[in-house]
Amino acid sequence: MYAYRRYQPGSQPSHNHPPYVSSQTRYPKQPLIQIPHTLSEVTGPQFTLDDLRHSSADLTKRGVGEPLGERIIVSGQVLDQDGHPVPRTLVEIWQANAAGRYMHKIDQHNAPLDPNFPGFGHTLTDEQGRYRFVTIKPGAYPWRNHHNAWRPQHIHFSLFGPAFATRIVTQMYFPGDPLLPFDPIYNCTADEEARKRLISSFDWETTIPDQALGFHFNIILRGRDATPMEDK
Amino acid sequence: MPTPPATTSQTVGPYFAIGMNLLNVSELAGPGERFTLEGRVLDANRKPIPDALLEIWQANSAGKYPEPGDSFRGFGRIPTNENGAFRFTSIKPGPVPGPNGATQAPHLEVSVFMRGLLIRLTTRVYFPGEPLNATDPILNLVPASRLGTLIAQKKDSHLLHWDVLMQGDDETVFFDI
Repeated sequence: MYAYRRYQPGSQPSHNHPPYVSSQTRYPKQPLIQIPHTLSEVTGPQFTLDDLRHSSADLTKRGVGEPLGERIIVSGQVLDQDGHPVPRTLVEIWQANAAGRYMHKIDQHNAPLDPNFPGFGHTLTDEQGRYRFVTIKPGAYPWRNHHNAWRPQHIHFSLFGPAFATRIVTQMYFPGDPLLPFDPIYNCTADEEARKRLISSFDWETTIPDQALGFHFNIILRGRDATPMEDK
Repeated sequence: MPTPPATTSQTVGPYFAIGMNLLNVSELAGPGERFTLEGRVLDANRKPIPDALLEIWQANSAGKYPEPGDSFRGFGRIPTNENGAFRFTSIKPGPVPGPNGATQAPHLEVSVFMRGLLIRLTTRVYFPGEPLNATDPILNLVPASRLGTLIAQKKDSHLLHWDVLMQGDDETVFFDI
């Protein structure tokens, strides 16, 4: 059994990020207690296609008709820090519709819902760690964090990886979005290069003629440490 | 070539139920001693957090972590309700191996997500009155004054109470894993 590498300093958000107002009564103020990785951290839940039978990787086929908006293909690879593919791992996504509205009862943004776009999708990566979703480009939307606050267009990603230690939830953004410099959530990670890796790239390879633009987004999970746990 | 950093985390935001509810599991069954864990997730002002999500990972009653194909999956996922409350019913895990030949007391691994958290938090729930707690290698890393936040309280024979407290004097212990 191998432990997982610790996150590199600055490569993850700090818990306290004052510009994101709702973090202020929720982030931990006490220092986290570092613990060694045990069997409990290096194992983790695994999922099968049977778990996903009520969802799909095509978010445009959830209604009786076609959803409104710009059809896109979002695909990429889930890798560990050593470049090894992470096969058969669950990827969950959710997002706003093309008008910038989530199909959620607390989203009261004055933009139309789309009955043909519930806005969620699930898949497992293949043997090479690849995933592919068909969806609609989400709209930007206002939120109440500060005056004239708007979230850039984004898709939420949730991944488990092979272990409890590799669990991550993140957001994917789109290239050239003018809202990115103003978004406290995108900017919560200190390291600029780490932030930029959340921005997908336009992808001719996966773009389908007459059908959909492609965007590419790779996700890197923590890699294993070089030394086995028992030697520590 | 330098090792690339892992992808950076982002908040689940307020609408995670859209994408994450598919795998909600608040009850696990299997051979062993049943328990129900109830509690609330509360903010710095001890107001309920209605948009939090807990994920559980646990061994079976023999102390074995589930593998693909096992009937006991060991995974729970419970969103808090409008009162910040959650409820999880399962089987008490057995002790599991720890570092350097040590034994870990029965425990649940818990991931905590919520709007306002930029990155997942992790903590553990231990069982009250468990003799192995005294020698658990992870509990022994926690200051005595904060240990109580990791050990559930017994309400009746099978009912346990455990709150997740953000900030304050009795802030829950979270781990850097």
